[in-house]
Amino acid sequence: MTSIARLVAILVALLGWVHSAGADELGDLIQSFAEADGYDEMEVLIERVAATGDNRAAPVLDALGERDLVIRKSDNQIVIAVKDGRDFRLLEPLSLEVLIEDAGSRDFESLRVNNRIRRAIRLARGTLTLRNPDPNVRLRAASAIFTSRDADAIEPLEIALAEEPDPRVRSAMQEAHAAALLNTDAEEVLKVEAIETLAQRGDRDAMSVLLGLNRAEASPVITEAADKAIGAIQRNLQFWRIGQNLWYGLSLGSVLLLAAIGLAITFGVMGVINMAHGEMVMLGAYTTFVVQEVIRQNAPWLFDASLMIAIPLAFLVAALIGILIERCVIRYLYGRPLETLLATWGISLILQQLVRTLFGPSNREVGNPSWMSGAFEVGQLAITYSRLWTFVFAITVFLGLILILRATRFGLEMRAVTQNRRMAASMGIATTRVDALTFGLGSGVAGLAGVAISQLDNVSPNLGQGYIIDSFTVVVFGGVGNLWGTITGAMTLGVVNKLLEPYAGAVLGKILVLIGIILFIQKRPRGLFALRGRALEA
Amino acid sequence: MTALGKLQRRWPISAVVIPAILIALAVIVPILHLQTGQIPTHYVSLFGKYLSYAMLALSIDLVWGFAGILSLGHGAFFALGGYAMGMYLMRQIGARGVYGDPVLPDFMVFLNYDALPWYWLGLDSFPFAALMVMLVPGLLAFAFGWFAFRSRVTGVYLSIISQAMTFALLLAFFRNDMGFGGNNGLTDFKDILGFDIQAKATRSALFAATAVCLALAYILCVWLTTSRFGKVLIAIRDAESRTRFCGYRVEHYKLFAWTVSAMLAGIGGALYVPQVGIINPSEFSPANSIEAVVWVALGGRGTLWGAIVGAASVNALKSWLTGAFPEVWLFALGGLFILVTLFLPKGVAGLLNRIGVIETRATPARLPREEPAE
Repeated sequence: MTSIARLVAILVALLGWVHSAGADELGDLIQSFAEADGYDEMEVLIERVAATGDNRAAPVLDALGERDLVIRKSDNQIVIAVKDGRDFRLLEPLSLEVLIEDAGSRDFESLRVNNRIRRAIRLARGTLTLRNPDPNVRLRAASAIFTSRDADAIEPLEIALAEEPDPRVRSAMQEAHAAALLNTDAEEVLKVEAIETLAQRGDRDAMSVLLGLNRAEASPVITEAADKAIGAIQRNLQFWRIGQNLWYGLSLGSVLLLAAIGLAITFGVMGVINMAHGEMVMLGAYTTFVVQEVIRQNAPWLFDASLMIAIPLAFLVAALIGILIERCVIRYLYGRPLETLLATWGISLILQQLVRTLFGPSNREVGNPSWMSGAFEVGQLAITYSRLWTFVFAITVFLGLILILRATRFGLEMRAVTQNRRMAASMGIATTRVDALTFGLGSGVAGLAGVAISQLDNVSPNLGQGYIIDSFTVVVFGGVGNLWGTITGAMTLGVVNKLLEPYAGAVLGKILVLIGIILFIQKRPRGLFALRGRALEA
Repeated sequence: MTALGKLQRRWPISAVVIPAILIALAVIVPILHLQTGQIPTHYVSLFGKYLSYAMLALSIDLVWGFAGILSLGHGAFFALGGYAMGMYLMRQIGARGVYGDPVLPDFMVFLNYDALPWYWLGLDSFPFAALMVMLVPGLLAFAFGWFAFRSRVTGVYLSIISQAMTFALLLAFFRNDMGFGGNNGLTDFKDILGFDIQAKATRSALFAATAVCLALAYILCVWLTTSRFGKVLIAIRDAESRTRFCGYRVEHYKLFAWTVSAMLAGIGGALYVPQVGIINPSEFSPANSIEAVVWVALGGRGTLWGAIVGAASVNALKSWLTGAFPEVWLFALGGLFILVTLFLPKGVAGLLNRIGVIETRATPARLPREEPAE
């Protein structure tokens, strides 16, 4: 920042212009038109007015061009005269306040202009927004010129460029200049230079400018340069497209990770084939819905915090129901994976119907808090906040789980029980309690996934069904019993899916991924990261 | 030992009873329908649907009850058989479609096809279609099983990838450019073998054919499972590695049972389609396959007749409940899953066995909880 500030200061000093024009300053400048002696001085004054970049100077300059800028004879003040019937209204030039309603034509004297002054005014008008103190206004002005490719804007751009301190605006102006220049019959060298500038910009807009080049009139040197630039832009676009797909893939991967990570606990660590896992996700999503409804009715100002409130609640709801399921059904079925599968499928049907009865069969609307909506750009990557936060959330949940497993007493007991149940029991670990809590943890994490998924997907009783197959494929692909396998599996599947999509289409891409997984399991029947052991039948 | 005694030793009583009941149904239902009209037409088709489902359940029991392979994708074989039959029925419509094209089915005219895709050729002939009904599911199962069993993908992993298989097919058949009618599937059938598919007599004949096919399939399954081959299958189910160490090529046995099972499921699907009048991609949905597994679990895994009883009774219950109390149906089905697995691990057959009504022979031995000594 300081270097930019210093740059500004130096520029201002060099050019001898007072750049940051205050109201009085502009007013003084305008008043000094009254003392202007001859066209030369007037031209200098116009230039100085334009240099302020102040929007309020626009009507003044227009009025000068129309010879409406006048000197009031009574006090030698510069005012704007507007004809009103037979009389004139005199306006204060900056605030445009009416000073006198019924002035006669003898009360003032017009400032005289000639063609040179008119040209200077035109130029000043063109540079006015380009020299606005607000860099965002300047940026908008530059990109407007880029789109219009107005040849008249070339000169104002050159003037503005000479004093532009902000590198971002500067490059936008250069690009706009290049685009406009290609619209004229400028020298070949300049045009080639302009083409190079556009190639540097390297986005779709630059490409459309180059494609719109009039080739019939252009010399071979220019067409060749344009072809080269188009090729470079295409490569650049391709690069960003791959980047964008990679990001989409990681974003899909983070959703898969969220959906699968609870299953990695219940299925991967405990060996329970939990077909009701998707319904735990659904319960998390519905918890979010209920939280938002309550907030909407009672405390709308809390809405932006609704997800923060929903996160712990969703975890609790899903975890408690998970523990209930474990205590009532699953604990009788340990060691019988296929029966567990059927019983949990039954549970999933009951939960679905329960939610359908309570909340109705249709989609429920879960809103995005303000910090979840919108997007920003990195280079040519469009990143939506909802995807970014989902990604961050998924990684956080993952790291949190790793931490629980590695660094807490409960994690230690959990690992002990899964590795050797009888030995753990002999060491005084309450294995049944650990079973229930582990299942509760897995279910609770699924509930957390529901909070995130409620932001991206329709919240309906069938929500869980859409994720159950994906979750299982992720866990099986990554390798059962290994959380790092789950994250690798989720991200790989997400990225592969999104990279295939542009070539194969969404559905076919998904089919290819499924077939790929079926074949992959043949090669590595225990997944990507298999636990090594000497047991014959794991 | 007399020939009869030998037969009784090898074959369970149900091998006679079940086919006899089915044949009796094949005679009585059409008579009650055509002669006295006591059974309305839609009930005939409904019963026919139950028996087609029973065929699917039977095929699942063959692999799950005897080879220990839990398939969560058997609905795919059922649906493929159904599609083969549906394609035959579509070709029979001829120029009577809405667009009146003599060759192309309506949806192809709608989607601007110029000619039939190659895989639709020949399906206007019933023998060829009947062959495809068995061949297509059989080939898919053979390819799938050849890879899976050779790589020793077992247990849960096999269940998950079979589910992935049917899910992939579900997505594929939803696509319009697959040439199978997209999500509308195949419907508006007119004739089968030159008979009007809506006629009462045709409906009765279809029901009778289904009952007879099921009886034959049942006998085939009993024959397979009581033979030497069946003993090896049971050995694989109970201790796969041990069987392999005894010198049996486990994967060959499994692959054979798996392929036969898929073909049976395909026949079930082919019988299902003309009676229901439509086949669409939702038949591939993984939920359908899981539901079919539950019929088997409810009836009694590893008994064969239990699968038939389970399929028929759960579907009858479903028809009644979805009509009378649609809200309750999923609660009932879900509750049934849980109760059966918790309290009837051997299904209805096990229950009957326990209270001494009948003696089942082929119920799987409950293995002790596997806890390898480490």
